[in-house]
Amino acid sequence: MLKDSLQSNVSACVSLQWRRMKPLISLNMELITLPALHRMAVCGGTHGNEMSGVFLVPELERQRKEKGDAIWPIPLTTVLSNPQAIKECKRYVDKDLNRCFTSAILSSPITDSTPYEVRRAQELNTLLGPKQTNDAIDMICDLHNTTANMGLSIICYSHTNWICLHIFKYLQAKITTVPVRLVLLNIPIGDAYSLESVSKYGISLEVGPQPQGVVRADIFNAMKEGVNAVLDWVKNFNSGEVIEGGDVEAFMFKKTVDYPRDPETKTPIAAVHPQLQDRDFCLLKRGDPMFLTFSGETVRYEEEEPLHPVFINEAAYYEKGIAFHLAQKQPWTIPSIQAKKV
Amino acid sequence: MLPALSRVAVCGGTHGNELSGVYLVHERLKRRKKSQVMEPVAVVTVMSNPRAVQRCVRYTETDLNRCFTHAILSASEQTSYELVRSQELNSLLGPKGSAEAMDLICDLHNTTANMGLCLITYSDSDWICLHICKYLQARAQHPRTDAMEIGPQPHGLIRANIFMAMQEAVQLLLDWVRLFNSGAQFEGGSVDVYTLVKNIDYPRDPHTHTIIAAVHPDLQDRDFCLLHPGDPMFLSFSGETLRYKGKEPLYPFFINESAYYEKAVALSLARRRKVEIPAIRSSRM
Repeated sequence: MLKDSLQSNVSACVSLQWRRMKPLISLNMELITLPALHRMAVCGGTHGNEMSGVFLVPELERQRKEKGDAIWPIPLTTVLSNPQAIKECKRYVDKDLNRCFTSAILSSPITDSTPYEVRRAQELNTLLGPKQTNDAIDMICDLHNTTANMGLSIICYSHTNWICLHIFKYLQAKITTVPVRLVLLNIPIGDAYSLESVSKYGISLEVGPQPQGVVRADIFNAMKEGVNAVLDWVKNFNSGEVIEGGDVEAFMFKKTVDYPRDPETKTPIAAVHPQLQDRDFCLLKRGDPMFLTFSGETVRYEEEEPLHPVFINEAAYYEKGIAFHLAQKQPWTIPSIQAKKV
Repeated sequence: MLPALSRVAVCGGTHGNELSGVYLVHERLKRRKKSQVMEPVAVVTVMSNPRAVQRCVRYTETDLNRCFTHAILSASEQTSYELVRSQELNSLLGPKGSAEAMDLICDLHNTTANMGLCLITYSDSDWICLHICKYLQARAQHPRTDAMEIGPQPHGLIRANIFMAMQEAVQLLLDWVRLFNSGAQFEGGSVDVYTLVKNIDYPRDPHTHTIIAAVHPDLQDRDFCLLHPGDPMFLSFSGETLRYKGKEPLYPFFINESAYYEKAVALSLARRRKVEIPAIRSSRM
């Protein structure tokens, strides 16, 4: 108890110091103390045809066998999330596993007709959760690939999640081989549907472009570099050093845009325009080309508000009626943080 | 002198997730329905594997594009969807090896490999196909040698630039057929031909048989660039480089085609040679 109050006095002193230095440093530079991270999981094959994770998980296990657990800063669980989909090299067997982690689905009763992925989601929730309880693992790092040209994108659920935003800040500074961006989904945790919402802090590492069912060495290496950087960050954080705050830029999903479709057959009648294809995170302004129909007509963006397209031409999203997401760029200032010594 | 080509077929969706051909066939069928335009050449447009197209998968039970051997086509009581379908297509467009068969089939595919626009044919003395290749190489905006902007296409999605390249190629092919049939003479010359020598599998774990390396970054996307003995071929997941141990420099293609993982093919290797083709003209019918 004394220790705690001393700790908070230290935080207060540090805050005061920073406030005096206001003209030199930006506002909001308070120091937040957070518990150290004790257990973490790296998950691959949540979509069975996203191959970087499918191969990186066994590679991590091979490293563990060769060099022992001490290579990692904290106990690391590796998981192949959807073994049946991996075996068949498909995104999923019955239902997209990465949409099965809402509180409602996780607590639904299992019957004979329950889809494979719903059962699996509940198993993973038992293994790594339960979601929204104290027993949940501290961190999940879920590995994904996309056919979109998104470099290394970190996806997480909330802008008040300082751990995840700091991890992004660290990766963006450390990784130079691919562009690194932050995508924020503003969804309350109960409705959050993906695997990384099970742990206390969760991120998806989404690396592309890579076709489904293919492992590219350069994309695999970017994923490996990303995971190693996350582990480095955890080590630094747990050591108790102050992790400096600062400004980060996040892309917040606002809406989705579908392909123009034939009114009768519902099949797409256009492809993403060549001038938009591969230009994830660029600014799409009114009048810019969006789609090129198969008969050669250009369809343009008609909205007033310029937004940033993300997940442009992701193969798995055709069936979800999504050609791309549109996101708003939002700056956030994040505080410095420090692991609470227990 | 060769006979005119009176019946031509354009086939798409032979693999249901190779979408350029699927959408090209859709478009052709839609335009045919709308305008009832008679083309100078009778072109039959076919969606080869409708069930696989509907599910957006390569195939439902067996790879349709391996089902056209004489043995399979003449076997009785086929039950698997693709085996039945290949026999249907053989009735529609063949029978294979008979005088009633189509003069020319143009079958449309996509690959995840960086192969640009590639024409694949069975024989290096097929003057028709080699002349078509020569014609396309001279005229296509996206010929194989300058294929940088074309690139590969992941399965299950459609890229506008790849679709346009496919559309252009089909149009040029039909133009060639029209010209040929009208009696135009096509000058001879030489065409570079790549002939398959062997396939190379991924390095695998001896016990589990799972893949333990990816195509090396120095080889990835370098289809049709000469591979020399000692050049990097694979990079293991633990970071080791594995090199090409063959004695002969060869040309790699189908580098990292996703559908070939299950066929145990990481890349194919070919020899290149110039084939001399004679001038040809159609004999008036």
